[in-house]
Amino acid sequence: MQASDRFNINSQLEHLQAKYVGTGHADLNRFEWAVNIQRDSYASYIGHYPLLAYFAIAENESIGRERYNFMQKMLLPCGLAPEREED
Amino acid sequence: MYLYSLTLQQATGIVCAINGNFVGGKSQEIVVARGKNLDLLRPDEAGKIQTLHSVEVFGAIRCLAHFRLTGSQKDYVVVGSDSGRIVIMEYHKEKNCFHKLYQETFGKSGCRRIVPGQYLAVDPKGRAVMIAACEKQKLVYVLNRDTAARLTISSPLEAHKSHTITYSITGVDCGFDNPIFAAIELDYSEADQDSTGQAAAEAQKHLTFYELDLGLNHVSRKWSEPIDNGANLLVTVPGGDDGPSGVLVCAENFVIYKNQGHADIRSVIPRRADLPAERGVLIVSAATHRQKSMFFFLLQTEYGDIFKVTLEHKREEQDRVHVTELKIKYFDTIPVTSAMCVLKTGFLFAASELGNHALYQFQAIGDGDDVEASSATLMETEEGFQPVFFQPRGLKNLVRIDHIASLMPIMDMKVMNLFEEETPQIFTLCGRGPRSSLRILRPGLAISEMAVSQLPGVPNAVWTVKKNVSDEFDAYIVVSFPSGTLVLSIGETVEEVSDSGFLDTTPSLAVSLLGDDSLMQVHPNGIRHIREDGRINEWKTPGKKTIVKVGSNRLQVVVALSGGELIYFEMDMTGQLMEVEKHEMPGDVACLDIAPVPEGKQRSRFLAVGSYDNTIRILSLDPDDCMQVLSVQSVSSPPESLLLLEVQASTGGEDGADHPASVFLNAGLQNGVLFRTVVDMVTGQLSDTRSRFLGLRAPKLFKAIVRGRQAMLCLSSRPWLGYIHQGHFLLTPLSYETLEFAAAFSSDQCAEGVVAVAGDALRIFTIERLGETFNETVIPLRYTPRKFVLQPKRKFLIILESDQGAFTAEEREAARKECLEAAGIGENGNANNGDQMENGGGGADDEDKEDPLSDEQYGYPKAESDKWVSCIRVLDSKTGNTTCLLELQDNEAAFSACTVNFHDKEYGTLLAVGTAKGLQFWPKRSFAAGYIHIYRFIDEGKSLELVHKTQVDGVPLALCQFQGRLLAGIGSVLRLYDLGKRRLLRKCENKLFPNMIMSIHTYRDRIYVGDIQESFHYCKYRRDENQLYIFADDSVPRWLTASHHVDFDTMAGADKFGNVYFVRLPQDVSDEIEEDPTGGKIKWEQGKLNGAPNKVEEIVQFHVGDVVTCLQKASLIPGGGECIIYGTVMGSLGALLAFTSREDVDFFSHLEMHMRQEHPPLCGRDHMAYRSAYFPVKDVIDGDLCEQFPTLPPDMQRKIADELDRTPGEILKKLEDIRNKII
Repeated sequence: MQASDRFNINSQLEHLQAKYVGTGHADLNRFEWAVNIQRDSYASYIGHYPLLAYFAIAENESIGRERYNFMQKMLLPCGLAPEREED
Repeated sequence: MYLYSLTLQQATGIVCAINGNFVGGKSQEIVVARGKNLDLLRPDEAGKIQTLHSVEVFGAIRCLAHFRLTGSQKDYVVVGSDSGRIVIMEYHKEKNCFHKLYQETFGKSGCRRIVPGQYLAVDPKGRAVMIAACEKQKLVYVLNRDTAARLTISSPLEAHKSHTITYSITGVDCGFDNPIFAAIELDYSEADQDSTGQAAAEAQKHLTFYELDLGLNHVSRKWSEPIDNGANLLVTVPGGDDGPSGVLVCAENFVIYKNQGHADIRSVIPRRADLPAERGVLIVSAATHRQKSMFFFLLQTEYGDIFKVTLEHKREEQDRVHVTELKIKYFDTIPVTSAMCVLKTGFLFAASELGNHALYQFQAIGDGDDVEASSATLMETEEGFQPVFFQPRGLKNLVRIDHIASLMPIMDMKVMNLFEEETPQIFTLCGRGPRSSLRILRPGLAISEMAVSQLPGVPNAVWTVKKNVSDEFDAYIVVSFPSGTLVLSIGETVEEVSDSGFLDTTPSLAVSLLGDDSLMQVHPNGIRHIREDGRINEWKTPGKKTIVKVGSNRLQVVVALSGGELIYFEMDMTGQLMEVEKHEMPGDVACLDIAPVPEGKQRSRFLAVGSYDNTIRILSLDPDDCMQVLSVQSVSSPPESLLLLEVQASTGGEDGADHPASVFLNAGLQNGVLFRTVVDMVTGQLSDTRSRFLGLRAPKLFKAIVRGRQAMLCLSSRPWLGYIHQGHFLLTPLSYETLEFAAAFSSDQCAEGVVAVAGDALRIFTIERLGETFNETVIPLRYTPRKFVLQPKRKFLIILESDQGAFTAEEREAARKECLEAAGIGENGNANNGDQMENGGGGADDEDKEDPLSDEQYGYPKAESDKWVSCIRVLDSKTGNTTCLLELQDNEAAFSACTVNFHDKEYGTLLAVGTAKGLQFWPKRSFAAGYIHIYRFIDEGKSLELVHKTQVDGVPLALCQFQGRLLAGIGSVLRLYDLGKRRLLRKCENKLFPNMIMSIHTYRDRIYVGDIQESFHYCKYRRDENQLYIFADDSVPRWLTASHHVDFDTMAGADKFGNVYFVRLPQDVSDEIEEDPTGGKIKWEQGKLNGAPNKVEEIVQFHVGDVVTCLQKASLIPGGGECIIYGTVMGSLGALLAFTSREDVDFFSHLEMHMRQEHPPLCGRDHMAYRSAYFPVKDVIDGDLCEQFPTLPPDMQRKIADELDRTPGEILKKLEDIRNKII
């Protein structure tokens, strides 16, 4: 990599995208954006114990089960990815 | 508007708990995180849990871990929180606080997906700690010690892996080899790209071992292997000399032993026989017990069953340990926990997810005959592994010895004075399912009555005395009657004696121990001095004068004669009581007191004398200036009782921080005020006065002992206790009846009790649960309570309860009978048990029989998620009896209720209840039907009768009376109903609400509607045009959980993310709407940006850090200002008080600012950032932070006080004053 590349806006963006999961880009599609938001939300629910308890009461499940369910949902938070359009 | 926020009851739920030796020494302690609080608990010898220390950290604690450096005697605590920092701390016994050793920043603050803080794991040998996030990031810190044996921490080593979700991490016990951490990981990168779903279906969880190479200072992925896709939790297996090492992987339905280079050993988790087949069994908490010779694990499932897991292992060549069998045996069933701790002393601390926590003692360790699943007998069939079934039974291995009350979750709350007491009661609906309850909270300490005995007359005073100063316990209780004195000796029993030397034919004025071993009785005609050898010295009053008041300590006595003469006695070297000085006071003496003799001194220097001319004088008792007046204080009313009390906010030890002791002069005035002022130890000058109204009677003050320190009992129209708790002086009411006279009491059975007289009874009691603000009365309920309303006339409570996925009472009863019968057949093989079962079977209808399977302990059996049970209960709050209980049928569940008076007045007050049938949340919110029931009160309000039931096209989540009609929020529609003969009649509706209406408040012609996602909408109803329209709404999307109407333009609300906020319609807009003849209708028709034409303004915003579920405006003290009281999911109660003067606002905001700077929160979260977690904090001062001021070191206190141009004492007084305005 040349020295000038480091200051290139694209390489900076790439660096950000690598470091911070969820940093967007110009070609981000609706699905990718939604997946990201959902994963962030689930992580937040898991991190905030009172919120987790709130959900657990609503669904009448144990808090431990609720946490596990949210973790599981992080795999496919918005269902299957849409089919890729041909370039 | 500026508000002062104060937590009245800290969170009672527990997020996580760890046990270890945090104080140092032999005892075991438990550190628990309650959301934003960190507490240190310890079970005492009697098996009661004591709180040693509690601190608010202003951040969300998500996990805790503890470790010990090799050779050390003390454990350190590691905290993972939302601060983006790892914090390591230790407990300081001397200062009674957690001391932060390291705080290392690694990321952004907040509970984020890739910022570590969700999981913690430590190397069992204390050499490294790993902190991980839900996704990607894992950091390892190396722990070491420097030459001075202090803990050191390295810079972080990364063990990141992108696109990977982490389920659990743990440290693997591998002796002194390189530390290894294990993690359950799931890679989602391919599933995100693949549109066919194949990759997602094939996504596989892996167990990965990360090795920290201490030599290279580097972390590497050492080993990764696929594991069961239901895996959710890892438990370390002891290694080295103690066991086989490796980990237990807890997965849905299975427990698997795994280690590198070892075959998997898998066993199924036994299932409850009544569990629906589609439901799995998940382990939610685990605890390990390790002894020298053995170890076992206790794993608890989501249904509350605990299993004991043991590993059969043998040592092979080259010191490799091979696990041959994994056994899972049913142990016992207790309510589901968020954490369990096995203590070395044979206790199990169970921190319940919801509801009360408990301490159990082990009776056995599960060696009995119970259902067991083993890896050796695991059967694999075509449909998978063969399940093993069991039936829960009564506790066999554990016995509950203590519980800690937990209000978690508070579902609804009302502050009312239904019992017409001095202060209102807080009615809270708490708990879930079978552990639900209505709890009535009263401010004050709970007491437990040890004995009540009738006396032959009405006594007017009581004392306790020891025979010798070195005695541990009191020897006599002396009771004085108007015409005599009764002496009771304290031994195994309390009985009357006549050989004590006390004069029993006269009333007494004071009885106390004098010198080392002699007793003194003061009666109206003299002083009787009883020496240890039985000799009696009498001093008689001169002439016809009588003694009216006495003040004494161990070496000094002052008596006041009628007419105002004071006579001062001192004990000389030979133990004789000698008259020293006389002094004539200007008038009769109302009361007097002498301070206790300071340690190492001959006498106390101060005598306090209260006179009827509204003054209190401090007189000197020094030989040089004996009976000189040192200072005079005038008070608002004649003093009734005086007490000089040394308030030693502490000299270290386990309670309080370093503070010099100061002597307080306490005076109970005849107008019911307690007056406190500091006495200068040298000059006797009085300064820094504080007063507080205690009750309608003049407070009488008595010394007491609380936790070995001096405390004060104040008896007014209710008793109060002034004592020191964690460095604060607290004055708290006791929940007990009015008392006349009291004395501290100490005996074999009760070390720190109180003996008191009231009416003609002698009462002995102890004060419990010091430091708590409320005491509770619990009334159990059947299902999760949702809401309650008050029947206005008869003061009955109508409570709505509903549970999803549960069977109805009849179905449960049938299932239980079946299972009892099945158990009977199963155990008939055993002759002894057979007999018992027959008895049990025959007496099945017998109410007295002890319930073999109480729902409270075992939970309701699970049903499908579209099944609902629900009931409407009418409860007489005075007696706690349910007078009517209506079970709803057909999966209907009640969610909202209100009382309503329709304008035609035919029925009087009716009850409207909103219900939904077959409600489901997943995969999409759906329901079969919604209804509004109308009930009529019959039997004087004790019972309900259905008038009619109207089907509606949504779930009615909010109901409210409005102008003689019923307003209902049905899904996103606001509708106005009138009462018809057969059903409710639609009159008017508005469909413009965004999502779902969850609250309706009305005031005059305004309607304040709360939407579940989009905050408040202000509406108006025009009767002439019969139209409902929205004229103002909020610009912020708030997920409302609670709302309260504050005034005409203002609403208070709370959102799901833990914020409390107030919105107000700007004054000019409000005026415009009121003046506009169309009521802003023309403007409404125009609208603005798809919303209402006007917007409300946010005037107050505060992040509580806990989901607030209920809000109410109320005053908790008689004559106090109103504040907003809130209750939260974690079971805490708080108050927001509006400041009344600009000066106070300035003072407290400056104090808060200095506290933020000088005393940053313990877990590293910036205070301001925390209170502004979602929206910037606005106009709220955090009283919890300000109240940490007394815990600062004295020089820091002085520094802050100087900046504020005040003294530390003035700041403490300010803090006390504002607290006294709230509670």
